[in-house]
Amino acid sequence: METVLRIDPKDNLVTCLRAVKSGEEITVDGEKIKVRGDVPQFHKIAIEDIPKGGICYKYGQVIGKASVDIKKGDYVHVHNLVSAKDFN
Amino acid sequence: MKISGYKRENGRYGIRNYLLILPASVCSSDTAKRIADNIDGAISIPNQHGCCQIGDDYLNTVRTLVGFAKNPNVGAVLIVGLGCEGIQTNVLKEQIKESGKPVEAITIQQEGGTIKAIAKGTEIASRLAANVRKQQKVEFDISELVLGLECGGSDPTSGLASNPTIGVASDKLVSLGGSSILSETTEVIGAEHLIAARFEDVKAREKFLQMVKNVEAHSAASGNDLREGQPTPGNKEGGLTTIEEKSLGCMHKAGSSPFTGVLEYGEEIPHDKKGLYFMDSPGQDIDSITGMVASGAQIIVFSTGRGTPTGSPIAPVIKITGNTGTYNNMIDNIDINAGKIITEGVSLPDMGEELFDLMVRVCNGEPTKAEALGHREFGIYKIGYTY
Repeated sequence: METVLRIDPKDNLVTCLRAVKSGEEITVDGEKIKVRGDVPQFHKIAIEDIPKGGICYKYGQVIGKASVDIKKGDYVHVHNLVSAKDFN
Repeated sequence: MKISGYKRENGRYGIRNYLLILPASVCSSDTAKRIADNIDGAISIPNQHGCCQIGDDYLNTVRTLVGFAKNPNVGAVLIVGLGCEGIQTNVLKEQIKESGKPVEAITIQQEGGTIKAIAKGTEIASRLAANVRKQQKVEFDISELVLGLECGGSDPTSGLASNPTIGVASDKLVSLGGSSILSETTEVIGAEHLIAARFEDVKAREKFLQMVKNVEAHSAASGNDLREGQPTPGNKEGGLTTIEEKSLGCMHKAGSSPFTGVLEYGEEIPHDKKGLYFMDSPGQDIDSITGMVASGAQIIVFSTGRGTPTGSPIAPVIKITGNTGTYNNMIDNIDINAGKIITEGVSLPDMGEELFDLMVRVCNGEPTKAEALGHREFGIYKIGYTY
């Protein structure tokens, strides 16, 4: 079993298939990325820098935008990713 | 492909064979339950509404009650009313009669109270149930089947494994001439563009998009943000961050078939135009399943990441998870583990076949875990005030 899953080539987030410890290295499409923060199983990691307001992709689709600057290798969840939908 | 079940008067086929004791309103729900408890094969539903409702809420409740009664898993119906409620027993009876199945009605006020209503109701139910039990199973084509697609307590494995597995099974049923229903309007927000593109009919596509806009507008007009409740705390703990992420995983239940049409909550699915439908409903599981069963679904497949026990009063609910840990943790409740896709490398087509095979066995009578444990959850989608 791979450590992480990148569902679509457009994705800048990957899903951890097991819990990953801070400082561990993951390999995504041949590139080694050092993980910043403990990431629980099935949670997400950024595989590139995403500036505040930048779009986050999973399934090749928009799943939200960065609420703060996200660095490559960061654990991505409710603390740095929010819905991009505007209901008004 | 042939499966077996019960042929009804209108030519539809049920895979279960219940006598439904149908309370017209909350005031008669307890009495209806006591009547059902007296009779083997009878089941009642805990209707919490049916009075002092207007507009769409009134229509939702009527459609749901009538739809449950008309569902082919029901062989006969006894309506139990209080007598003075907003949804009158004769209104329900007239609509249910269209199906041709036996339907009778009593009211508590006319019978003269609880004890007499239970006595009279039990007497009628006993007679109806005797005829329902005499029904012999017959073979019928699987194209007569309507499958309801549900997910709840989702986590990221839902979008990776269990929902895509359901999508394979749904596509197979649709390719064999049957129908499937995707629901949960809240949980298409962020994926609506992908679903809309799969509607062949422009008017149906516009109606679908309007349903999504209505949910967003309703939330905004109330001064609340539906994202306060979606994703849920459990979704987040599992690893889902935003409503878009949740929706993009949810939509995999609908496979890749084109969408044939849209249904209002609990609206009867057309028998002459089968295929994949979208039904307007909230993301709350019980209301959603209730609506799909009212629309005519004889069977539900329900994916869960966190684990959930719920069933339906008259339709078998198959539980599937994409999370092997959850499967092992809640093995009492979950029928099938699609987590094998992640942990054992089982292919998606193989997993889809395994689910489809289980669906066929359940149609033919094998009880689901929710059925075996007596899970019969029921809830009607409520939109506005009760007056």
